[in-house]
Amino acid sequence: MKRVFIHGIGAVSPAGWDVPSLRRALDCDSPIATAPLERPGWKVPLPVRRVPQPIPKLPFLAHARLRRTSPISLYAAAAGMEALHNGCYKRTEGHRLGVIFCITAGCVQYSRRFYDEALRNPATASPLLFPETVFNAPGSHLGALLESASVNYTLVGDPGAYLQALALGAGWLSEGKADSCLVVGAEEIDWLMADAYRHFSRRVVCGEGAGALYLSNTPPAEGAGVELLAITTPRLYLNGMSRLQAIRQVRGELPCAGADALLCDSAAGWPVRDRAELDAWSDWNGARLSPKRVLGEGLMAAGAWQCVAAVDRLREGRHRTALVSIAGSHQQAIGACFSTGDNG
Amino acid sequence: MLFPCQGRKNSATPVLVTGAGIITAMGQGWNANAEGFRAGRREVRPVTLFDVSRHRVKTAAEITMPKSIPTGRLRPNAVRRLDRATQLLLIAADEAWQQARLDGTKEMPVVLGTTSGGMSLGETYYRQAIERPRAASRQPTRVLHYLSQTQAMVIEEAFGFQGSITIIANACASGSNAIGHAADLIRSGQCEMVLTGGYDALSELVFTGFDSLQALSPTQCRPFDANRDGLALGEGAAVLILESEARARGRGAPVLARLSGYGAATDCHHLTQPQPQGNAALQSMQLACADAGLTPRQINYVNAHGTGTPLNDSAEAAAINRWANGDAGGIPVSSSKACIGHLLGAAGAVEAAVCIMALQGQWLPPMNINDADPACNFPLVRAAGSARLDHVLSNSFGFGGANATLILSRTS
Repeated sequence: MKRVFIHGIGAVSPAGWDVPSLRRALDCDSPIATAPLERPGWKVPLPVRRVPQPIPKLPFLAHARLRRTSPISLYAAAAGMEALHNGCYKRTEGHRLGVIFCITAGCVQYSRRFYDEALRNPATASPLLFPETVFNAPGSHLGALLESASVNYTLVGDPGAYLQALALGAGWLSEGKADSCLVVGAEEIDWLMADAYRHFSRRVVCGEGAGALYLSNTPPAEGAGVELLAITTPRLYLNGMSRLQAIRQVRGELPCAGADALLCDSAAGWPVRDRAELDAWSDWNGARLSPKRVLGEGLMAAGAWQCVAAVDRLREGRHRTALVSIAGSHQQAIGACFSTGDNG
Repeated sequence: MLFPCQGRKNSATPVLVTGAGIITAMGQGWNANAEGFRAGRREVRPVTLFDVSRHRVKTAAEITMPKSIPTGRLRPNAVRRLDRATQLLLIAADEAWQQARLDGTKEMPVVLGTTSGGMSLGETYYRQAIERPRAASRQPTRVLHYLSQTQAMVIEEAFGFQGSITIIANACASGSNAIGHAADLIRSGQCEMVLTGGYDALSELVFTGFDSLQALSPTQCRPFDANRDGLALGEGAAVLILESEARARGRGAPVLARLSGYGAATDCHHLTQPQPQGNAALQSMQLACADAGLTPRQINYVNAHGTGTPLNDSAEAAAINRWANGDAGGIPVSSSKACIGHLLGAAGAVEAAVCIMALQGQWLPPMNINDADPACNFPLVRAAGSARLDHVLSNSFGFGGANATLILSRTS
């Protein structure tokens, strides 16, 4: 299998519309302030962490395909374009750019609005809303924005599916299905999603946004860049496998990391759910980063933020190796290892 | 380890279909469906699952659910939670599992295509959240079982195996993409066997969506008919067991067909409308042929996406004409959607199963139409009949420009 390098990273989060704002928020290591989200039928709003308005407005968001889209498509487009931009991607004739878009909840705002209209009167439900409810609408918009006619998949799963998508992208590069590959994970907040999460914990605060990695087999021109070294087998919480056992198996499969390595985990400040991951990594003595504690439970976006944050710290020269641990809430545990290219 | 892949890549590894299961409005199981598709029976009827009194169209290819479903090792409380989509998936998976003789299998990846997963549970969740905002009863279960990965986990639990789960949601091409990706996993050396397919159940949201777009036929779904006026929605599931030839032959598994080609491309023209000349469809068919090492002349039948909408069928007809490069006159074409409607995320998988039935039985699946669209330079299969079939091609095109093509071949 060919080597895979991370050429570009992009992020949209409650901290802002780019990677530097994500970096600053994580360096502060303080949870971003919540905002109230009205929940119909309740007097008390739900606390959430929303993406702020983009200032200045990003020019590509005026693209015809993005005019009527829901926020998730805008987040995916912005993170994807940032990753391609800092990866120095230039569209050339014959270049096959593969696109993988990943979600857990997906286009929930338009889905909720459309179903609400359908219940009120199906005869007048908006035909403009319905196509935007389809899982692959954001991935399609991204493909159109990039004018990429190559292979384009939308994957649905828990946040660990983002690492599965990176492995899929690496496979496309290896098999010659694509010349380079953009992998984006995104989510948007709606009261329905925040309400759903509240059934599992009243402490969880939902976040929204997107993260993107741009992959290629060729080493970046400048410096050694960051290389994807490993993605573990996903371990499902199934047939007697506990969360703790699954995370331990994932850890056992990851390459050994030196004392200066970074662990970027999926702890969200939700004690019951975090316990297994904290226990499995309890003897970790190196640096640790938990993006969800700062940005909120961003589901698939959070899986992508973890990877973006890990790669960003490597690019900044703050570590030579970064391990990513994703312990999804009910499906699986999975991990990845990134390294600066000069680390062997 | 997913990356780097530990297996030995062998793109020439033949991928065989060693098990298949299906449920559609035509019936439950291989034989009922083969009989129905061979006759071209049409199974569209009034919708009973939800209120359609205020909709423009009131019919769909709704399934009459069997009295009992196979639940394998699922505990009684897990069985009680099964939604309609998961039930369809379980029925198809059980048939494929039995046919492939998989008892004792402990490890196998699952790759499934769907567009709406447990949408009916999502609808129930929303109605309760609005009507009784403080009531939490059963809501957590609905949240979990709405998720399509949970439905895949139910399959693994029911049959007692473990494996990575990949859910591809490429709209109406999802099922074909899932099968194509499953074949890629075997050829890349990542595994020897995959459970794959597609499923979708009728839901109020999706039915209303297609109704709002006026994409549903108020008369009868007639793919490639000059006077076609829309599609019919349907529901169902098909599951295939794909296996490397070495493993299948080694364990003496039954061989139904060979998955010989897969192609995928993206149409950037519009979110819901195909590029009129079918550029991405053409690319998808060409890639599948190149993957199979076949020319259009060697394809004996095309199972078209053929939704019955004016724009889709004309773009697909243009693509088939261009792909055949002047030789389309010898390639019979039909669409299974004339019989069982459009199964969305299940369509590609169910139509792949129909192709395998045709290869095994050496017959062409007919469709009932009146006047062929003159844009079709190829013969439309309008009557039941036998044919020599070695290689058949199945197209699936979806919202968002997801285009996928599979080629299935007869095995000796």
